[in-house]
Amino acid sequence: MSMRVIQPGLLSLIQDGGRHGRHNIGLTTGGPMDGQAFAICNRLLGNAPGSTLIEVSFGGMQLEAQVDTYICVTGAEIPLTINGRDAALWQSHRVLAGDTIALEFASAGCRAYLGVVGGFDIPLSFGSSATVMREHIGGLAGDKLHAGDQLACKTVTEHRCKQLPPEHQPRYHDSVTVRVIPGYQQSHFSRLQQRRFFSHTYEVSDRCDRMGYRLQGPAIDCDIKGILSEGICHGAIQIPADGQPIVLLNDRQTIGGYPKIGSALSLDTHALAQLRPGGKVFFAPISTHAAHNALHLARSYILRQPIRECPP
Amino acid sequence: MTTDIHSAGENSLIVYLGDSTSPQVSARVQSTAQKITRALGDALIDLVPSYASLLVIYDPLQTDHFHVHQAIRSVLHTLDEAEDALTQGNRVTLPVYYSAESGEDLLTLAANSGLTPEDVIRIHCEQEYRVYAIGFAPGFAYLGEVDERIAAPRLSTPRQRVPRGAVAIADRQTAVYPAVSPGGWNLIGLCPLRMFDPDSDPTMPIAVGDIVCFEAVDRDHFFALGGELP
Repeated sequence: MSMRVIQPGLLSLIQDGGRHGRHNIGLTTGGPMDGQAFAICNRLLGNAPGSTLIEVSFGGMQLEAQVDTYICVTGAEIPLTINGRDAALWQSHRVLAGDTIALEFASAGCRAYLGVVGGFDIPLSFGSSATVMREHIGGLAGDKLHAGDQLACKTVTEHRCKQLPPEHQPRYHDSVTVRVIPGYQQSHFSRLQQRRFFSHTYEVSDRCDRMGYRLQGPAIDCDIKGILSEGICHGAIQIPADGQPIVLLNDRQTIGGYPKIGSALSLDTHALAQLRPGGKVFFAPISTHAAHNALHLARSYILRQPIRECPP
Repeated sequence: MTTDIHSAGENSLIVYLGDSTSPQVSARVQSTAQKITRALGDALIDLVPSYASLLVIYDPLQTDHFHVHQAIRSVLHTLDEAEDALTQGNRVTLPVYYSAESGEDLLTLAANSGLTPEDVIRIHCEQEYRVYAIGFAPGFAYLGEVDERIAAPRLSTPRQRVPRGAVAIADRQTAVYPAVSPGGWNLIGLCPLRMFDPDSDPTMPIAVGDIVCFEAVDRDHFFALGGELP
């Protein structure tokens, strides 16, 4: 009972909610770069939050169903076909053994999530199926998907197809405002440098991946050049010697010695992770208090989303 | 000693327990980590202990930064040096085959330090090292502090491929590479033991706070212990 990978595409990775509680041995978190699209995919399929899905970056993936089940694709705008027929994103679809599921290439955004009812059944590594290629941990043998891989999933005959109404579907633009919680070494950045950081546009450079997004724009100067290596949280914005900010994301190293001006709100790193090189980023300060409110509202919004059954 | 709690991100606070590297500060980090683990229970997601700081990652939907800040402050109040000193890790001895064939930079490091390779090996083995932090890659432990006589700066051009088990020095730190990776540290030998094995329990022979000693072994003994030359 499985899906067989016919074509893996540019970068397709098994991901669940991420690996937590193992920073003490140097393992990073992994998990979905766009946690919002990931959460909605599981919700449309009726799965428990954090169930194992495939994160498809840029597209180009083809699967063959070897089981009757239901699939759903959310995230980047990628044409989806089932046996050559167009199928909508943000809704679940029936597939039968022998069907071919194909994703072309993304026209807006760059990461999509493909899931099945019940999630893929992938052995856990340190409590999680999340693939971190740099660590060779998680997924299938710690690597991205390859042609011929078999992804175990169960036969499902009972499921009512659901959709997220178009007016509630996220839209992916080529610019993003990232809210930043002040913290870490922020006091070592002068007021002038902080004003520069929060008032200019930065551009996503070619060096953007699951570890972090390196940006280009006015250089930010810090009073100190290095610090004793310390723990790095998700979203931390590191300013290395060249002054160009790096937003550290899911596959970041767990400790590092560059000063950090603050940390990006996860709700906005989801949108950031959908940007490609050349995308524009603005930073806006937000208090920890406001950040917590935003997280609670976002969770409540996910739970209240008016998911409806598809017309027959 | 100064302690300070700073905001780090939407779900994390960072506790600074000193401003330099020392066994006392490291013991304090360990002791704080243990107490915070007990104080926060399920609301704690992860901890990153390092040289002089502790990153505390919590679930912001279960608790909030006011509560976590308060819990950390309470823990800091209960710390005392005598008790920290008792927070001792394990003592672990790691065998190392030091030679020019197993440590490409051994001869250069010796020459630059005005020592013989035998002196470098002896000095490296004489010291006890503390595990200050684990990071960079799974199982990569930063050990300190290396005797000043054999401290050496990182290579100006890092190697693309450092073999698994490479024992290396950078400034006053030493480490054993747990897996093949790029790296800019000076290689002086090879350790035949696995420093990170996802399939074994425990995954690593050492943890933050442990004391590590190195013991020189000869080529035959290295192979007998399962060592392989790259």
